[in-house]
Amino acid sequence: MRSKAKTKVKSTIVFFLCVILIGFLAYSGIYGITFGGYKLKPFSEVINRGLDLQGGVSVLEEIQGNNVDQKTMDRTVELLSMRVNKLGVSETVVAREGQKRIRIDIPGKFDAKEVIDGVAKTGELKFVGPDKKTILTGKDVKDATASVDSTNGNQAVINLELNQQGAKKFSNATQKFMGQTIAIYLDNEKLTEPRVDAHITDGRAIISGKNQTLKEAQRQANLIKSGALPVTVKPVQVKTIGASLGSNVLPLSLLAGKIGIGLVMLFMILYYRLPGLIADIALTLYVYLVLLAFATVNVTLTLAGIAAFLLTVGMAVDANILIFERTKEELKSGRTVKASVDAGFRRAMSSILDSNITSIICGFVLYNVGTGSVKGFALTLIIGVVLSMFTAVTVTRTLMKLVANMGWFNNKKTIGTFGVHDFRKGLVK
Amino acid sequence: MSGIYKIVEKRKIWFTISLIIIVIGIFTMATKGLEYGLDFKGGTIIEINLGTDFNKADVDNIIKKYSSDFQSNKANDKSITIKATSLTNNEVSGIIKNVKAKYKKSSVTNQENIGAVIGKETRVKALEALVIAIAAMFIYIGIRFEFSFGMAAIISLVHNVLVMLSVYAVLRVSIDSNFIAAALTVIGYSIHDTIVVFDRIRENRKYMRRADPIIVADASVTQTLARSINTVLTVVITLTSVYVLVPSVRVFSEPILIGVITGCYSSICIASPSWVLIKRHMLKKGKKSREVT
Repeated sequence: MRSKAKTKVKSTIVFFLCVILIGFLAYSGIYGITFGGYKLKPFSEVINRGLDLQGGVSVLEEIQGNNVDQKTMDRTVELLSMRVNKLGVSETVVAREGQKRIRIDIPGKFDAKEVIDGVAKTGELKFVGPDKKTILTGKDVKDATASVDSTNGNQAVINLELNQQGAKKFSNATQKFMGQTIAIYLDNEKLTEPRVDAHITDGRAIISGKNQTLKEAQRQANLIKSGALPVTVKPVQVKTIGASLGSNVLPLSLLAGKIGIGLVMLFMILYYRLPGLIADIALTLYVYLVLLAFATVNVTLTLAGIAAFLLTVGMAVDANILIFERTKEELKSGRTVKASVDAGFRRAMSSILDSNITSIICGFVLYNVGTGSVKGFALTLIIGVVLSMFTAVTVTRTLMKLVANMGWFNNKKTIGTFGVHDFRKGLVK
Repeated sequence: MSGIYKIVEKRKIWFTISLIIIVIGIFTMATKGLEYGLDFKGGTIIEINLGTDFNKADVDNIIKKYSSDFQSNKANDKSITIKATSLTNNEVSGIIKNVKAKYKKSSVTNQENIGAVIGKETRVKALEALVIAIAAMFIYIGIRFEFSFGMAAIISLVHNVLVMLSVYAVLRVSIDSNFIAAALTVIGYSIHDTIVVFDRIRENRKYMRRADPIIVADASVTQTLARSINTVLTVVITLTSVYVLVPSVRVFSEPILIGVITGCYSSICIASPSWVLIKRHMLKKGKKSREVT
């Protein structure tokens, strides 16, 4: 008898420690905690929000031409990233999508044309002589800046500083084509075609376009400076999500999530009583773990992701429901509480495993075939299903066993009787 | 034998209900076709909030300068939605600039421009995803259970997709990648549901080897009924709160909601009866071949 009393005390202590720990984690996740010199930020500050939750521009660029090799692709992505970073916006995404497409997501920018002109142009600079031969390209440029030329009617101009090789080529060309014209192209669009008046040896050139603003000149200078993309790209999909839409959606979805999860928790307690409360504790940990995973793996949360997350909440609860229904059947068939809890878990396991694995299969197919928001949805689904299995199987099980040891299940009020199905029901021979 | 729901025994009722829905859906699809969303056919969509009440004809006049073939819709007094077959980016920014010049308070809430090639590709890929997912599940169930369960599961999955498509065809809601993602979720979820029942059938057959498949199936469905309904209830609770509170995700929460309820119905009323039919057919065949040899 003494050892039984001992397990009871021990189980009670461990149970409450678990509850306090989970409560502490939940608190830190919602409000953040400052501890000594360290600060644990709340999830709302750490998790990346997708474009649809904060507004911005999304452009899908397609590389023209076939047979794009890995190196060219990497170089293109790198160059595009460099240009995007110049915009000074955080949380931008430049990612490869499929064989020859690159997605550029820029939150907080709402002028799609500006993004396309400033970032998504090839940026191929060419100086072409009267003999149609290319003299210089962007590769010969060391630096490009924009300024206002006060001597020439306050026109905005692009100042080029050529590298050694470029300066030499330019020097030769200006000598050769004295009195003739040199055409300057950016992405096959003729910017200007000045006449060569002097032999230029210092490697400096000025491009004065027609009536361009300083802002435009600055943009072109940046394109030239960052270097031309090794390929021609074309925007095949452009999407702008307004700021108001994005900022409205997030608080609403958070509210929806809170109400939804709250109602589910209430339902579980009303229907399953004490086991329901245990499921709710496990669910709290589940929500914490999923958000933690989002923060560590750098998942970008989108609307579709929130939908998937809520769906997995349903699946996490389902594992608990399966276990409880099974436990109740065992109880009805006359086993002791502890034996029923054990048997309930064992028998529910094959259902839980098979059903979750098929969901994971579905998630993998979605992840590999889908693009954009569908991919995010799939990733959320996979993370959710795996973690939900973990919390349902380990946390619920541990807590159920502890509570059984504490003797709290021996009272009919705590475990409830409705919703019970007799295991033998329907099996009469 | 008291307390068993004779769901499988009354299978003809369920099959008829589903058949009626699907036939109506297929008829609508055949006559009117399906409404494809922007990302499935390509094109341009611009949503502008003008900030004040406006005259739609005035805005239409601006758009006419850039597009000869467009549709515009006035929504909640202050917003306009413009749909057109693929405009260039310059045309789009021209429209926006001109509208902004006329209505000072206006702002773009949503704008999308999708090439026709991408649209077709997305459509093909989506179909590919559906087929691969269904095939992968068939293989998994075939290995973990047996062929008859795999077949029954596929029947119920195809049933779910057809019902979802039918609802969309009849209500004229457009089908886009959100729909496909939703359909795949529903497939994943309803198979989740169905497997629990099948798992029970598999288990019960150990206790009642000689019983008719109908009796085993009905007993299993009855035993898992509370769980099936409670589970779907929890998902319906969370999804409904999203549906009500976040209107902009309705494109997503709506098909999932329809699908999850369909999935629950099919895992109870379609999957197990289908298994019974297949199993009976196999048993009959087995007997015949035994008689021959």
